[in-house]
Amino acid sequence: MTVLFGAFLLTMLVITAIGIVRAQHLFVSVVLSGIYSLQMAGMFFILDAADVALTEAAVGAGVATVLMLSALALLDDRERSAGLKRLLFAVVASATLILLLHASVDMPSLGDPNAPVHTHVAPWYLEETPRLIGMPNVVTAILAGFRGYDTLGELFVIFTAGTGVLFLLASVHERGGLALLPSPDGTGLRHHLVPRLIGRFIVPFIVLFALYVQFHGDFGPGGGFQAGALASAGIVLYALAEGEATALKVLSFRVLTGMIAAGALLYVGVGLACLMLGGTFLDYSVLADDPIAGQHLGILLVELGVGITVSGVLLAIFHSFAAREQRR
Amino acid sequence: MHFLDHYNYWVFAVLLLTGLYAVVSRANLVKKLIGLSIFQSAVFLLYISMDKVAGGTAPIIIQPEDADRLYSNPLPQVLILTAIVVGISTLALGLAIVVRINEAYGTTEENELARMDEE
Repeated sequence: MTVLFGAFLLTMLVITAIGIVRAQHLFVSVVLSGIYSLQMAGMFFILDAADVALTEAAVGAGVATVLMLSALALLDDRERSAGLKRLLFAVVASATLILLLHASVDMPSLGDPNAPVHTHVAPWYLEETPRLIGMPNVVTAILAGFRGYDTLGELFVIFTAGTGVLFLLASVHERGGLALLPSPDGTGLRHHLVPRLIGRFIVPFIVLFALYVQFHGDFGPGGGFQAGALASAGIVLYALAEGEATALKVLSFRVLTGMIAAGALLYVGVGLACLMLGGTFLDYSVLADDPIAGQHLGILLVELGVGITVSGVLLAIFHSFAAREQRR
Repeated sequence: MHFLDHYNYWVFAVLLLTGLYAVVSRANLVKKLIGLSIFQSAVFLLYISMDKVAGGTAPIIIQPEDADRLYSNPLPQVLILTAIVVGISTLALGLAIVVRINEAYGTTEENELARMDEE
């Protein structure tokens, strides 16, 4: 039954993707890509990747759709030209597709326990995580513990992208800092009763759920990336319902830029604290007397840093697009 | 169920090429970015399809002493988890550049931009 549902979802994904590419109106493309992300999240869940499904649902279906729509508000939302050399590229794409389909025959079949990907390091992580780190969620343990260096790198990619968007879209303050222009007419959906009431009602629950996902990430699906995306989705909903100016009163632009830096600094700070205490960089076992308690503490702090930076970056990006809109 | 054994990989290939086709054949820069995110999510699907173990469950070990339980591979999940959030950040950066291009040129169609640059 699950297999059939998976096949159905995959077929729907292909249909949605073709719809996205064919739609002339970009608004249609963006809304369809929100639906596409939600189907993709369902597919990830069927494939046992609960953490990834949570991230895709919050990021792809939530934040990405709002970002695309707020960018479209600044742009022409219709495609004007038909395209470039469509026939040539269609032929090239079809030829590549046939090659890829031919190659897929050599792939191990879905769910094969003896596939090469399952016989290398993965069993080691599954066996040693309970002993070395002692937390149930192996994904979080690998993300923040075993492969903490990678995650630090990813966090700095997000940091850089967020800073880049701020430099491109925010205006330079006369004192030299970055700032958003005040937006007096940003009333959001305040004059629409139903979205406003529903928004007000569910925003606290979304933020509460984000906090749960943040701090329960060691035990269940969750962690900093998911929590950051969820929290920013909640605040973005608040901004849409009550107006961006009200949302900026809650979390000002200065606070958001501070959050972007603070999360990354917290992550690096934990690594440096490990060095100071005589361990290696990001080796959390020296943080407490008991190595396992140290691992727990380190992973909790590092995930907190990730959550703070991710929510700060996503919210700062949203506000940059929204403030640009009102300037035009 | 031999047909469904490789169905995920076929869908991956179709989505990948759909995204690639949108990136190269569409003149509109926003459409190119949407195509890029379809391309990206196809890669995510490939990785997550590889993590599945038949009869397994999500890699959250609640009872370590239960040795019979099968878990899916956590490693591809870690890679894709971070890649999704990096993907949205780079998408936002791309959109910001498109917004600035639109402010400077008044269009987001690639062929019109090329024509204006030649003049």
